[in-house]
Amino acid sequence: MKELKIFGIVAAFTLILYWGVEPFAHSQMHKHVEGDDLKYSDLKPLTVKGDAKRGESLAMACIGCHSIDVKNMPAPMDAVAAAQSFGVNPPDLSLAGKLLDEKFFAHFLLNPAEVTKSKHFAMPPSASSEQDAADIVAYFKSIAPKEVTPKEGYVFACGRCHANRYDKWTQIGDVPKTKSNIKTGVDLDALEFKKKLGTYQNKLADYMGKLPPDLSIIYRARSEHFLETFIEDPQSQLPGTAMPRVGLNHEGLEKVMAYLESTGDPSKPKREAIGPKVLGFFVIFAFLAFLWKKSIWKGHH
Amino acid sequence: MAHFDENARPFSHQWLNERLAIDTLKRVLSTEYWIPKNINFLWAMGMVLAATFGLLLVSGIFLLMYYQPNTELAFDSVNYTIMTEVGYGWLWRHIHGVGASVVFLVIYIHMFTGIYYGSYKRGRELIWLSGMLLFVTFSAEAFSGYMLPWGQMSYWAGMVITNLFSGGSLHADALVEWIRGDYVPGQAFLNRFFMLHVLLLPLVIIGLIVLHFGTLRIPHVNNQEGEELDFEKEAALYKEGKIRESKVIPFNPVFLSKDVFVLGIYFIFFFYLVFYHFEFAMDPVNFDPADPLKTPPHIYPEWYFLWSYEILRPFPTDPGLVAFGIAQVIFFLLPFLDKSPNVAPAHKRGLFKYWFWALLIDMIVLTFMGKLPPEGIWSVIGLIAAIFFFVLWIALPIITKKEKKL
Ligand code: HEC
Ligand code: HEC
Ligand code: HEM
Repeated sequence: MKELKIFGIVAAFTLILYWGVEPFAHSQMHKHVEGDDLKYSDLKPLTVKGDAKRGESLAMACIGCHSIDVKNMPAPMDAVAAAQSFGVNPPDLSLAGKLLDEKFFAHFLLNPAEVTKSKHFAMPPSASSEQDAADIVAYFKSIAPKEVTPKEGYVFACGRCHANRYDKWTQIGDVPKTKSNIKTGVDLDALEFKKKLGTYQNKLADYMGKLPPDLSIIYRARSEHFLETFIEDPQSQLPGTAMPRVGLNHEGLEKVMAYLESTGDPSKPKREAIGPKVLGFFVIFAFLAFLWKKSIWKGHH
Repeated sequence: MAHFDENARPFSHQWLNERLAIDTLKRVLSTEYWIPKNINFLWAMGMVLAATFGLLLVSGIFLLMYYQPNTELAFDSVNYTIMTEVGYGWLWRHIHGVGASVVFLVIYIHMFTGIYYGSYKRGRELIWLSGMLLFVTFSAEAFSGYMLPWGQMSYWAGMVITNLFSGGSLHADALVEWIRGDYVPGQAFLNRFFMLHVLLLPLVIIGLIVLHFGTLRIPHVNNQEGEELDFEKEAALYKEGKIRESKVIPFNPVFLSKDVFVLGIYFIFFFYLVFYHFEFAMDPVNFDPADPLKTPPHIYPEWYFLWSYEILRPFPTDPGLVAFGIAQVIFFLLPFLDKSPNVAPAHKRGLFKYWFWALLIDMIVLTFMGKLPPEGIWSVIGLIAAIFFFVLWIALPIITKKEKKL
């Protein structure tokens, strides 16, 4: 069949063209970074076992700066005041034991700046021995809730630095629902919130050197592979960056990625639902058109 | 003097016929618009283009209902409002984005079909020239559309492309500012490209499509052997019932039935891309909002402009601009640079056969290099391919003049 041969040639050139401008070009443009499967191999394995009971009393030092909501322990100051002291709001620790890698977490407590690979990390070393660190980690593992939503994962790991405006998330919490004055249209509560957020962001930008970008649609702007290796170790993709290595485990990474996907590519479930129907329609359409063509062309050759 | 039957029912066949000559129209435009029988599916590409343009128009109208041509709002009106809040907004956007990319693939297939079979010669010059005008207008339409989401690539591609109008060492900066309406791309820039994209250029395209169809009517389309048909004789044979002997078929319903089948296959491919493989048509860099303070590490145009971009890039500024300018118009000259008397498929035309494949492969190489960073071996290959492009066009009149008459 001559037409099939011609079709084969057109298809082959189209595929070559596609390969050249997409997979090949991207492989040349971006340096390929291999992930470490969240093993954090640069950190030594722990040699001791943690004791959650001992950890509980050691962890009382943490609430000098952090809140632990699951234990109803509030933070000593609100987000804006914390940013004024530290440059950033220390995250709530309820999920730390669940979403952070155990080994990373323990080493982090001994030496936050070095382990996060950020030159200045506002948290001072908060454990005096490997045993203490392991105990604290064991404690946070013991108090973690069973179920975590993707958004909770994001808020814990990234939310203090990165807003997500498509989900109305700001670094100091969700944008509150407020009402404006009917007579003047002025919404004082919203302005109040804006001012607080602005103060926080100014401090955060001073601390980090720049305002961390909003991550609403980062899922479409970077490849999944980039995001995963970047979160695992920001220095691997942006050497010298101020963003810390946060030390997520597999569950933590999964939650964060699920959240980024839900705000960056929300139509995926709808595509998967409708796609097969539309394609099915056109397969039937093409088949009927083929029968029509056959009947019309009868006697022409 | 026209005759109007007083008793004809309004909108009845007779009533319409007296006012619009619908029987004649139908005959001339469809049932007795004769198409050669000896053609393959590549001759359905024109219809595929018309259908894709239809998809672009309809999806564009839906997008237009929510898009905000404002530098502060544009990005989120597309990426949030349309993608999240508007029912099926994501579908219209993906159709529009994939359509804009695929339409160029089909245009290139359509053009190279014309080149292969010599369909730009002997009475068909105006088909070719109106086609080229369509190509240029589609290019402007695609570029202006690319500005609208106001992402990083919109901004920086807009910056780089409008900069070309400074003419290198001519330093026509005033011209560049006049085009932008500002020193750098900003609100004025976005507004005028919005106007071009949704009003002026679509109008021009629709006009040009009518012109293109008009130029086809008298010479008729070519065929696989380039054979010159006596359409009157062949049509008479067909009407006598000698369907098998006749070398022509009526557009409606015979050719149309094949067009519709090809369209069916094409739509399977098209909607597969829309639902499962749309990333290639929407560059990731454009999902970062425009930031005048942060130049992206790689700035490149969409894939269909890469070959001409690579003709600009490997040369020093001034010669590069001249080369780029020539590359934009050289295809217009094809009917006049091809000096051979033959209208025949390339495989029957001696050296032209090699010219055709060399041009196709050279443009693919240019396309590849246009996206890669201009470093080391890539810029050498790009330079060679760009020079080779001009060698080919200089060689064309020479080799076609030598061609023997078939
Ligand atoms: C002096 C205040 C202070 C104390 C005490 C403190 N932290 Fe922190 N912590 C911070 C600040 C500030 C940050 C955020 C720093 C940043 O993101 O740059 C932080 C961050 C963290 C993080 C997030 C790290 C990551 O990988 O994202 C964890 C987990 C954490 N602290 C655990 C603890 C634990 C457990 C304790 C008690 C043993 C503790 N902190 C004591 C101030 C403190
Ligand atoms: C302590 C603050 C902080 C935390 C916590 C943080 N980031 Fe960042 N992030 C930054 C800063 C600062 C930048 C800007 C980096 C630069 O341009 O050098 C950044 C940049 C990014 C980028 C953009 C990189 C690029 O290519 O431009 C991504 C993606 C990102 N962060 C994802 C995350 C994710 C996901 C998390 C949570 C797992 C997270 N970040 C946690 C501070 C933070
Ligand atoms: C994008 C809008 C375009 C549309 C809608 C369009 C449509 C068509 C249609 C319907 C036909 C007749 C059927 C066929 O041969 O495919 C045709 C023929 C033709 N077109 Fe186009 N076309 C477009 C662009 C172009 C371009 C960019 C060129 C090249 C510069 C071109 C050159 C030709 C030629 C040479 C023919 C005659 C083919 C022959 O005689 O065999 N067209 N076009």
